[in-house]
Amino acid sequence: MSTEVTASAEPGTGDTDRGVASVIERCRAEGRAALVGYLPVGFPDVETSIRAMVAMVESGVDIVEIGLPYSDPVIDGPVIQRATEAALRAGTHVVDGFRAARAVRDAGAPPLVMSYWNLILRRGVDRYAAELAAAGGAGLITPDLIPDEAADWIAASDREGLDRVFLVAPSSTPERLSRVTAASRGFVYAASTMGVTGERASVGPAARDLVERTRALTELPVCVGLGVSNGDQAAELAEYADGVIVGTAFVRALTGDGQDGDVEARLEAVRELARDLARGVRERRQS
Amino acid sequence: MTAGRFGDFGGRYVPEALIPALDELDEARRSAMADPTFLDELDRLHRTYTGRPSIITEVPRFAEHAGGARIILKREDLNHTGSHKINNVLAQALLTKRMGKTRVIAETGAGQHGVATATAAALMGLDCTVYMGKVDTERQALNVARMRMLGAEVVPVDHGSATLKDAINEALRDWVAAVDTTHYLIGTVTGPHPFPEMVRDFHRIIGVEAREQVLEHTGRLPDVVVACVGGGSNAMGIFHRFIEDEGVRLVGVEAGGEGLEGRHAARFASATPGVLHGAMSYLMQDEDGQTVESHSVSAGLDYPSVGPEHSYLRDTGRAEYVYATDDEAMEAFALLCRTEGIIPALESAHGLAGALHLGRELGPDAIILVNLSGRGDKDMHTAAEWFGLVDDVVEDDEIVPPGESDDPGATGDGRTQL
Ligand SMILES: Cc1ncc(COP(=O)(O)O)c(C=O)c1O
Repeated sequence: MSTEVTASAEPGTGDTDRGVASVIERCRAEGRAALVGYLPVGFPDVETSIRAMVAMVESGVDIVEIGLPYSDPVIDGPVIQRATEAALRAGTHVVDGFRAARAVRDAGAPPLVMSYWNLILRRGVDRYAAELAAAGGAGLITPDLIPDEAADWIAASDREGLDRVFLVAPSSTPERLSRVTAASRGFVYAASTMGVTGERASVGPAARDLVERTRALTELPVCVGLGVSNGDQAAELAEYADGVIVGTAFVRALTGDGQDGDVEARLEAVRELARDLARGVRERRQS
Repeated sequence: MTAGRFGDFGGRYVPEALIPALDELDEARRSAMADPTFLDELDRLHRTYTGRPSIITEVPRFAEHAGGARIILKREDLNHTGSHKINNVLAQALLTKRMGKTRVIAETGAGQHGVATATAAALMGLDCTVYMGKVDTERQALNVARMRMLGAEVVPVDHGSATLKDAINEALRDWVAAVDTTHYLIGTVTGPHPFPEMVRDFHRIIGVEAREQVLEHTGRLPDVVVACVGGGSNAMGIFHRFIEDEGVRLVGVEAGGEGLEGRHAARFASATPGVLHGAMSYLMQDEDGQTVESHSVSAGLDYPSVGPEHSYLRDTGRAEYVYATDDEAMEAFALLCRTEGIIPALESAHGLAGALHLGRELGPDAIILVNLSGRGDKDMHTAAEWFGLVDDVVEDDEIVPPGESDDPGATGDGRTQL
């Protein structure tokens, strides 16, 4: 699998290790799942969001998912909606994602940008891909882009050696799973439940079934997201998934309790959560 | 290029989780449209519930203000629930049952589509949840009561801009989580494939009837067919049968709001292609691709994007799109009331404003067919404030006229006149 990734990265970019494959490989070698942490850039402001992403990396997050705030976030639940609305009100722009990508890369982790498709389309798919690669980005997670509509992005990501992470869901039929896995690179994102982002008391049995059905069709790693909020849940998922993706819980930690509150305390809450999750992905636990 | 494209427009820009449901819907609507039992049932509902065929009405006193051209209205306002929306809603509700689903959800702006959906759900014994921007629930309190009276749950949406586009976002979120039992009954020709095509087909009856009726009434086809364009369902419905009639101009009228310098919803006059709510189409967006909020005096036209097939008709030149400002629409609204005794919906008043312009351009020999997509009862509150029909409307436009006005022309809060 890693050879496939390396092979399709353009020779001569001088950066064949741009994607996340080698990191997930290393985690596998360590006998654990990878920890993927999401935060939207610009919340509560660009500077703090980047500090928080770096803090995640320093505290055990292996791959950072940088969310671009969007006016119409249809797969996000209330916590992320509120954060991204605040980020937009604070004047966050698409280009701020590049700064975040550079900072995360410099901190030692591959940054994947998570974006609704219109933001990429508006900037121009080729242009965005080139800029993301130049900023040290690893690729894109595209929650509202299916491979069937992605010809331009598939070509651009091939050219730039970027990962393209498409999603599968419990509703995905075998035909859809084949189509999505064939188009993906880096890993396949398995949405644990039918629903939006947000913490859930438990991640249901649908996730395991989906991971197994996906694995049957691809060599690619399969990471599970939606609903994970603590180290114990991460340990359960690490039992069968190659990676555990956590978003809402990080956003909640960075939100703090009240409106103002101490930024340092909130960054510490982010670190604490990352450490707990990092313990979880190393534990692996029978659910 | 995937299925469900109109040239470059349309497509399916949605989470993968919804693709199986969209495939199922596509399959179900294709088999239904080829199934005489389904078509007979729909036809029976049209005749015995909606009141189809809707009549046409020639409006000579109104037409005097339009350069003397002949103006003929297709009276979708006379349908049960007061607009064209019911055509699509009854058909999708039947499809919902055909797919074995027990619940429908819908978005609504002004409340017309929500009321139609709540009506069909009551008729067919389906559970119904309607998402409505909080701002709109306040502006359209009586339609909220109507939906609740019909047994629907109405959920005010208070994030984002708290208007129609946010109601659609919330409906999509609900749908992803409940897609096993729930059909998302989209109210216009937008959204991911197959919605734009399917909703168009369910409204096509408007143009099929109107073409026959105009031929019979005047002995020839109209020179122009005019309709207002929000998402674009009433316009696609009346345009579609005329597309092969090359001599017939098709003109869509968008909401010009305060004019292009101010806030508006004239997508074709200002926007560029982009993706919103599952479809590629013209979209009001900023440099980054964030959706820009639209504005219109008419809630039903207040949407930052437009059905993808309209984008195609526009770029290929088969249809033309113009806009009417709030002022122009309100003037046409008043004119139809005073000259013909017909109170149109504010949405439809935009089409009428377009017809006034076209008539002046084309002169007395022209025949103009206008889709009167809905009736204006729902808009009395807005009209009362706009025209100062209620004596104690105070300067402050926050204030709703109270019930005790002595003005015989306006008993009470305009909203209670629905
Ligand atoms: C009476 C009426 N006409 C027109 C519209 C606009 O929708 P569309 O463009 O889909 O016909 C609405 C929407 O609420 C409506 O209620």
